[in-house]
Amino acid sequence: MKKILILFAHPAYQKSIINKALINGVRDLKGVTINDLYEKYPDFFIDISAEQKLLLQHDIIVWHHPFYWYSAPSIIKEWMDLVLQHGFAYGRQGRALEGKWVMSAISTGGRAEVYSKTGSNHFTVNEFLAPFNQSVSLCRMLYLPPFVTHGSHTITGSQLDGQVSAYRQLLILLRDEKLQAEDFDKIQYMNQLKATHA
Amino acid sequence: MHNQEFFLQALIYLGAAVVTVPLAKKLGLGSVLGYLLAGIIIGPFVLGWVGQADEVMHFAEFGVVLMLFIIGLELEPALLWRMRRSIFGLGGLQVLVTAIVITVIALMMNFQINRAIAIGLILALSSTAIVLQTLSEKGLLRNVAGRSAFSVLLFQDIAVIPILALLPLIATLGQPADISESTLSNLGKVAQMPGWLQLLIIFGVIAVIVFIGRFVARHIFRLIAETGLHEVFVAMALLMVIGIALVMDFIGLSPALGTFIAGVVLADSEYRHELETTIDPFKGLLLGLFFISVGASINFSLFIENPLLIVSLVLLLIVIKFTVLLILGRIFRLKKGFEFLFAFLLAQSSEFSFVLISFSKQNKLFDEYTSALLLLVVTLSMAVSPLLLIFNDKAVSPILARWQNKLEYDEVEEQENPVILAGFGRFGLVIGRILLANNFKVTILDNNPSNVEVLRNYGFKLYFGDVTRPQMLENAGIKNARMLILSMAEHDDALKVASYVREKYPHVKILARAKDIFHVFEYFKLDVRTVQREMFESASELGAKALVELGFTRYEAYRATRTFNHHEELVTSELYKHWLEDHQKFMRETQRFREQVSETLQAEKNYSIHDSECAWDVDTLKEEALSNSKKDTPDSKS
Repeated sequence: MKKILILFAHPAYQKSIINKALINGVRDLKGVTINDLYEKYPDFFIDISAEQKLLLQHDIIVWHHPFYWYSAPSIIKEWMDLVLQHGFAYGRQGRALEGKWVMSAISTGGRAEVYSKTGSNHFTVNEFLAPFNQSVSLCRMLYLPPFVTHGSHTITGSQLDGQVSAYRQLLILLRDEKLQAEDFDKIQYMNQLKATHA
Repeated sequence: MHNQEFFLQALIYLGAAVVTVPLAKKLGLGSVLGYLLAGIIIGPFVLGWVGQADEVMHFAEFGVVLMLFIIGLELEPALLWRMRRSIFGLGGLQVLVTAIVITVIALMMNFQINRAIAIGLILALSSTAIVLQTLSEKGLLRNVAGRSAFSVLLFQDIAVIPILALLPLIATLGQPADISESTLSNLGKVAQMPGWLQLLIIFGVIAVIVFIGRFVARHIFRLIAETGLHEVFVAMALLMVIGIALVMDFIGLSPALGTFIAGVVLADSEYRHELETTIDPFKGLLLGLFFISVGASINFSLFIENPLLIVSLVLLLIVIKFTVLLILGRIFRLKKGFEFLFAFLLAQSSEFSFVLISFSKQNKLFDEYTSALLLLVVTLSMAVSPLLLIFNDKAVSPILARWQNKLEYDEVEEQENPVILAGFGRFGLVIGRILLANNFKVTILDNNPSNVEVLRNYGFKLYFGDVTRPQMLENAGIKNARMLILSMAEHDDALKVASYVREKYPHVKILARAKDIFHVFEYFKLDVRTVQREMFESASELGAKALVELGFTRYEAYRATRTFNHHEELVTSELYKHWLEDHQKFMRETQRFREQVSETLQAEKNYSIHDSECAWDVDTLKEEALSNSKKDTPDSKS
């Protein structure tokens, strides 16, 4: 059984619908730790060694956040800047995280269609995630396809319920080591795994 | 040759001063005692190098005039106004009560009533020269006792005028009237005029001095400064002071009082420092000369005739003056320990007494023997005065300090520390720990001896001392400091220190702890901008915690509190503008808190204190997304 660490970041959690539902849907899962960064560090003063310790105690890391400005809310960046230290996460001596898996779980206001070369956003979500992807690679970890919830402003209740259970299923599969690296080769989003592994 | 005689005399006076004054200072006796000793040594009764010192003394008294000018320069009119209670209350009572007590005792010694009154009035005065020289030498001019002593001296300066007018009148009491023309002319020509005219002239002259000082003098000084010839500036400064002294003399006022007023008028002019440094050496030299001549004029032959009588008279005088001063000090609530300093400071008689005694003699009020005796007693009381202060410093204060469980102020070893932290209580401790943790060298001062002791046990290096004393600041190395942090709880004292340091050491950055918003404004007014209200920040932190307990996420509470703090900053700067415009309204202490709250809330109406609909999850975005659901939405926010 693998241990999963969710690095959750939502600066306006009190107003959130999608991410609140998603995170509450996995809160009770065994082997899953939720690390709510805005709640823990409202003043952005991140405890580096505590965060590194958490990373070492887990095998799979999930950045779970809304997709602000095609990226993450600022505390995620602050967390990366401080916690992924040279000599710890990367560099010649920095092998502490080697071999772990990392996934982004994001929600976007725009529907799936707009994230394409011909859509209004001109790039795919995966393309936008390139900095995360490469950061993970630099740390000798494996970056998994993201779990994406599109159209968050217009999503219906039943659609959201589906997303929540899909997210829960995905985490269980990951935790129980039901997925191999090859499973991710052909897919763009983790959401597509549903069909093959459900 | 006359010149030669003059230079020889100068040589003797200067030589004596140069030898004895440094010696006296080295021995911790102070310069006044040094000068007096020099005078005694070169005087007729030891070496006999100088004959009659009286003439020199009269000339040197001008030093007192210069000194009052300089003191006036350091006193702003507003401050003088604030001192009115102690000038007229404390000063008036001192003269009145002391004069009455001495008169009664003189009556018991079988003096006639009119002579007894004259003696009482004459001996009630204290020596401006000795006291102020001592105060400035010890840096006590801003101390409570020093200020009070100065107030009393100022009143005495004013009182000399009516006393001079009174003496010829009481001389006629119980005795056939014998006021010659010459006596009246001693009072100055103005004194011969009717009373209302005198008063008119006096106020007229003072008005002219104020007018010239306020509106004319600075232009003249600027013109002269532009020539770049320093000696002309010096000449002008002296010209002004001497001119005022002469005019005052002419109308029968004390020259010292006149130059003091001129000094006060010029206190906020841009040439204040220049004037101060120009006049200072003259003042120093003349005062030194004055003290030497006092020493030289001590009549030792009279002393040897009846030493017991003289000693007991001097002691009696000092004890009476001291007791009256001590009681008045208590009544006027000088801080504990300061009333002793105050009483010791003023327990001698005055150089004015010399003038008044010889004046009375001319009026046939005293015979030769009485006036010689009085002169000797006055002179000796002045000579003993520095010894009294040493006695106070070495014997009385330590005992008082022990009574009050106080320690002697510490000498500060480090003189190069960039930061001086004044006040190491609950507030200062936090600041000090932060700075020390980040390897800054901090000189820590605290005025609470038990606090100092406890913290020393924990390895803090801190010094016991009172920063309101300029000497203490100097001692703490303010000259080399980059920053002074005023974290003490004595809010008014802190303001005074801030204003003093701002003035004297402009390179030092001042950071201050403020009591409330008005205290903040007082600092703003001094252009001290880095001010922290002692309560505000921690109260708002607890407010944030309350929000969390009430269900806010911690980040939400954090932002709400920051927003509130930021808003408070805006309100503060708005209120400051009002406050500057309408200063008086805010000064009423009793309404302070109520006004603060209502003013704050009033100003608050113009700002929102809620966290702005933060950029996240804005409802408008949602609406737009819904209405455009057919079209592609530009996706910036989730």
